[in-house]
Amino acid sequence: MSPAAPQFRPRVRWRRLMGRVFQGFCLLAGLISVGVLAVLLIHVAWQGWAYVNWGFLTRPPSQLNPEGGGVRPALLGTLWLMVLTALIAVPTGVGAAVYLEEYTRRNRFVRFVNLNIANLAGVPSIVYGILGLALFVRWLLGSRSLLAGALTMSLLILPVIIIASREALAAVPSSIREAAYAVGATRWQTVRHHVLPAALPGIMTGMILSLSRAIGETAPLIMLGALTFVRFAPGEWSDEHAFTPAGLWMWFTRALDSQFTALPIQIYNWASQPEDVFRQLAAAGILVLLVVLLSMNAVATGIRAWQQRHKLW
Amino acid sequence: MTNMIGVRLGVAAVAAALCASLAYGQKQPALSGMVRVDGSSTVYPITAAAAELFSEVQPKVQVTVGISGTGGGFKKFLEEKAELRTDIQDASRPITSGELERAAKLGVEFIELPIAYDGIAVVVHPSNKFCDYLTLEELKKIWEPASKITSWKDVREGFPDVPLKLYAPGMDSGTFEYFTEAVVGKAKACRADFTPSEDDNVLVKGVEGDAGSLGYFGFSYYEANRAKLKLLAIDGGSGEAIKPDQQTVRKLVYRPLARPLFLYVNKAALSKPQVRAFLDFYLDNAAKIVEHPKVNYVALSNELYATVRKRLEEATTGTVYGAPDAQAKNLYELYGRTE
Repeated sequence: MSPAAPQFRPRVRWRRLMGRVFQGFCLLAGLISVGVLAVLLIHVAWQGWAYVNWGFLTRPPSQLNPEGGGVRPALLGTLWLMVLTALIAVPTGVGAAVYLEEYTRRNRFVRFVNLNIANLAGVPSIVYGILGLALFVRWLLGSRSLLAGALTMSLLILPVIIIASREALAAVPSSIREAAYAVGATRWQTVRHHVLPAALPGIMTGMILSLSRAIGETAPLIMLGALTFVRFAPGEWSDEHAFTPAGLWMWFTRALDSQFTALPIQIYNWASQPEDVFRQLAAAGILVLLVVLLSMNAVATGIRAWQQRHKLW
Repeated sequence: MTNMIGVRLGVAAVAAALCASLAYGQKQPALSGMVRVDGSSTVYPITAAAAELFSEVQPKVQVTVGISGTGGGFKKFLEEKAELRTDIQDASRPITSGELERAAKLGVEFIELPIAYDGIAVVVHPSNKFCDYLTLEELKKIWEPASKITSWKDVREGFPDVPLKLYAPGMDSGTFEYFTEAVVGKAKACRADFTPSEDDNVLVKGVEGDAGSLGYFGFSYYEANRAKLKLLAIDGGSGEAIKPDQQTVRKLVYRPLARPLFLYVNKAALSKPQVRAFLDFYLDNAAKIVEHPKVNYVALSNELYATVRKRLEEATTGTVYGAPDAQAKNLYELYGRTE
């Protein structure tokens, strides 16, 4: 080897080839993920499309006449579950986030809480189901009710809501807080009138995304004993309920205490029965679930778009 | 109650059952409240169908039917807290001694009601030409825990060297428990290298997709998928191989792979009028429900249903399966002479 041999060999062709191979690999990876999703959606839509109609949404499931059955109890159960879960988890989660982000400094306690929240976010949902069974069903409420399901789901999504809300709060520039303090606002006024409104879109997005995770959860509900053939929905209105505050309260508490089923459970139930018609019903149920899920995601996307346009800083 | 008995006498014929149940519904006051049922996924289609028909008669009664498996259902039937207990338990096997003990400890009195027959279908891939029947001995040789058989040639002299792939319901299913007890001789004793699934659908798909496959599951699942599978006859030791069908299961000739299915009723729950009405309706229309094409089990004989009916009316508690040889008897021998 002579010392004059060039140290740098351009190998242009080889490097260009590598570049193209890498590009092709990335394209393939992208196509695979999109392709799998497309195949799944087309397959489900093809199987279930014929069954999705107004009657399917408004009829209870049927064992004897599966074609004449529907998802009414499951759909209403899912909606009840989501609303109750949101009512329980959002105030708790946002409160915890505001406390951790606005009222504390980084000390050992906060680090400990942070670590726990991060860990809880990774706990498998079935574990929450077992917790819910022991804590709410067996110990607190004494029934396998809608409320027990909503409380369990709240536990499940709480860490996600807290993390998302904290990120949204942290993204609010401290100049906004400082400006509020400068004109003499208290911490409560600063949070209430400036930080929270500024962080609200982010919080809402986190809330909706975590709810759309909860909407597809089956495992915790199976643990709670919601895997059932149910022909009625929670909160059916009947003549017993007067349209007065007391009557409405009775209706609401009855709904909380009623047995329920949810869309993923109904789908699971159908999918595990042998006849083809049940599989098609399951596909139709998946379509309904997807529509609910996608519309929730659309709302989250809409909020994010709105936030981009109305930035306060 | 007298008019109910009058109606009951009228339901001798299956065809009359529907009209009778409608008339019965009109005579009954409108009931409300909950009836909670849980248990075997095998019994589920029957009870779900009963719940569905009952909702036409008593629309305000809310019947829930869970699918926790027979063992899981008994856990809910025998919960520590009385308010968490289910009213009715669907069971694809008689109550076990362990569950009996727990019931005694909790002070739960129950009424045992056989409701239908279920056969276990043993199936192979439709392209399998060499195997038409298996003896119980051969089945045992295949499925026992120490079994090393991985090829059909080891099952019987003359079978070709085709790899044997096994499909069976999962450990939690009543069908698995029943099959192992009937074939291997000990409940849940089974070799470990088979493909298990709680979902009979997966089993049908597995057997269908594997030329050397052998699997078993509820007879009704076979009926729903008969085009995709080949049904085997079973020689239970009599020297004659018998295929399961409505007749052989009902006459208990297809032994030992035909089994009775049960309802267990919490006696305390019977005081709730809606539970009582649901059970009355269930038993009055049992044959029609059980043999409904969408349910497809084998109904008991009418006289047996009458005996079961009497058991409910007299609230006869306890199990007839306490005796060690009870499993070997048929339902007539067990329930027929209650006097």
